[in-house]
Amino acid sequence: MEAVLFFGAALGALGGAVGVVALRNPFYGVLALIVHLFSLAVLFLLLTAAFVAAAQVVVYAGAVMVLYVFVVAYVGGSEEPELDPIPGQRFLAPLMGAALFVELSIAILGSSLLAFETHGADVNPGFGDPAGIGKLLLERFLLPFEASSILLLLAAVGAIVLAGRRSEATVDDAPVSASPGRLSPGVPGEADTGASTGAAA
Amino acid sequence: MNIEWYVVLSSLLFAVGAMGILLRRSPIVILLCLELMLNAGNLALVAFSKMVGNQQGQVFAIVVMVVAACEVVVGLGLIVAIFRRKLPLDVDSLRELRG
Repeated sequence: MEAVLFFGAALGALGGAVGVVALRNPFYGVLALIVHLFSLAVLFLLLTAAFVAAAQVVVYAGAVMVLYVFVVAYVGGSEEPELDPIPGQRFLAPLMGAALFVELSIAILGSSLLAFETHGADVNPGFGDPAGIGKLLLERFLLPFEASSILLLLAAVGAIVLAGRRSEATVDDAPVSASPGRLSPGVPGEADTGASTGAAA
Repeated sequence: MNIEWYVVLSSLLFAVGAMGILLRRSPIVILLCLELMLNAGNLALVAFSKMVGNQQGQVFAIVVMVVAACEVVVGLGLIVAIFRRKLPLDVDSLRELRG
């Protein structure tokens, strides 16, 4: 039963990953990534990481992918041009990917860790549930937890600064929102962009 | 299933993501391939956490997810800014910083 679930989820994850790389339309790429993320959540459940699996589905497949879909819809799912600016890129890239996989596999299988051949440590039923993870996050890893919250805040502010409407004024070399006429129509749109980006993050 | 399988699958997913970054030229797809690589790292972290029977690896995986969310927000903000300035969404055309 476990083997069936593992191979099913592994096929889903691999198929999703190949779909992201191979599909020409970015919108289908985002959908393939959602398949990939759900399959990974199944693998996390097999590894008794219930909270990580739930966070994967809610945060990744939910919020982050919605952000992707919005941006792809905004910039238009334009397909890439066919021509190759770098000669041989189409052959070299899969070659490099295969070389990376072989190298990683040699590193993994050559490490001769005895625990690799086992099912992992025998864990109690509460392993990886929200209570245990939350206790670790708020006691042992309190400082990294707070640092990551500051990082999230900075990312939200950075996205507003980067994608806000103000950047258009600097491109045109117009006086930066000094005149009241420029200010009044610009501000509501800017606030909207910031709020939606921050909420989705 | 042995832990080995999970770690080999994670390295395979990482290699596919790296291949995508080398192959594709749309910045959106490159961000998607970055997600693939980060998730492959997450799978390895959770597998090792099961291997040693310690939950700390799962906390690491959650922190990696936070970093990935931040990277997505800033990256998509950059893409929207590029689109607003009517520049082409192609990493080979945006080569002003090239030495």
